[in-house]
Amino acid sequence: MSETSHADRGNEPHGEVTVDEVMLSAELAGGEGRAGSADVAEYALWLGDDALILSQQLGAWIARAPELEEDVALGNIALDLLGHARSFLRYAGTFDGRTEDDLAYWRDESEFRCAWVFQQPNGDFAQTIARQLAASTYLFELYTALQRSSDETLAAIAAKAVKEVEYHRDHAVQWTLRLAGGTDESRRRMVRAVGDVWPYVGELFRDEPLTDRLDGVAVRPSALQPGFDAVVAAVFAEAGLELPGGPMSSAGGRHGSHFPALGYLLAEMQVLARQHPGVTW
Amino acid sequence: MTTPGAADRETWPLWEVFVRAGRGLSHVHAGSLHAPDAEFALRNARDLYTRRGEGTSIWVVPADAITTSDPDSKGAFFESPAGKNYRHASYYTASEGVPHL
Repeated sequence: MSETSHADRGNEPHGEVTVDEVMLSAELAGGEGRAGSADVAEYALWLGDDALILSQQLGAWIARAPELEEDVALGNIALDLLGHARSFLRYAGTFDGRTEDDLAYWRDESEFRCAWVFQQPNGDFAQTIARQLAASTYLFELYTALQRSSDETLAAIAAKAVKEVEYHRDHAVQWTLRLAGGTDESRRRMVRAVGDVWPYVGELFRDEPLTDRLDGVAVRPSALQPGFDAVVAAVFAEAGLELPGGPMSSAGGRHGSHFPALGYLLAEMQVLARQHPGVTW
Repeated sequence: MTTPGAADRETWPLWEVFVRAGRGLSHVHAGSLHAPDAEFALRNARDLYTRRGEGTSIWVVPADAITTSDPDSKGAFFESPAGKNYRHASYYTASEGVPHL
């Protein structure tokens, strides 16, 4: 690492950053790889939709979070997830010639493949944190394993994303500890939020025929559960929270059957692109 | 110190953020932020001040812990040494027979 002085940077503390000259498409992880089969494209769609829907949800917190600083924190997490979504959707689209925008804006609800936990409404701040804890713990385990995929593009996207979701997990853990150990009110909300979100965790670890067929390319969902359970058990023990013991939802997001809230979320996300086809902004 | 959460619109305490831009540099004041405690102050500082690769290290300090000079006594406190050459060592001539000066 070379040594620099403050004088070298002049009046430009952030260095030379000019967004208008950056080719955003060139920054997507995974390069120019093309999905080799319909199964691989479908799997990329699963992962891309999970990240896209969670990103869209978190974006709704901007200007509504408890403090300005938390607006920025959730906004940063949302942007990280949008980057993952773009990489996965671009890759998914290479199989049949669709763009990431075609996939994000021109599919209907039944064509989305996101799991239900990502579709759970923001609710209050505690519910968003409970959803973030489940989602980012799962995504960290997933991307850690996916780095070893035999599919080079998926492995490259996972390698870039895993560092980001590790920070998302840290953010959710810190808030879980504070809400659970804060006031009576914050604890009551955190307990209720965990109870509301946890029935949808089971779907994440359900093996599907697609993941069976993609052995070595896809990560086997059930293989991620021990790592997820260990992290959650440690966090819940420190926070004094109990793991909800109720039945898991039969959620079927991977087959296009969705939680009722998804339709409203998609309507808001897609309305501009659909009312003004080809618009740029 | 009031009980957290006691007031409806209670805000988080203020923290001052110092970021070190690279090896061999000192931490420089980057700005301030609100956070409920030191750990979150660090995380918020990371989100607010280092997302464009500006930093390799962050310090956060409770704003309360900083003692500042009084802006009203600026004239006396920061009086310029200009015109006071007798304050500089080079003003004086070395006496004969004093080596190593």
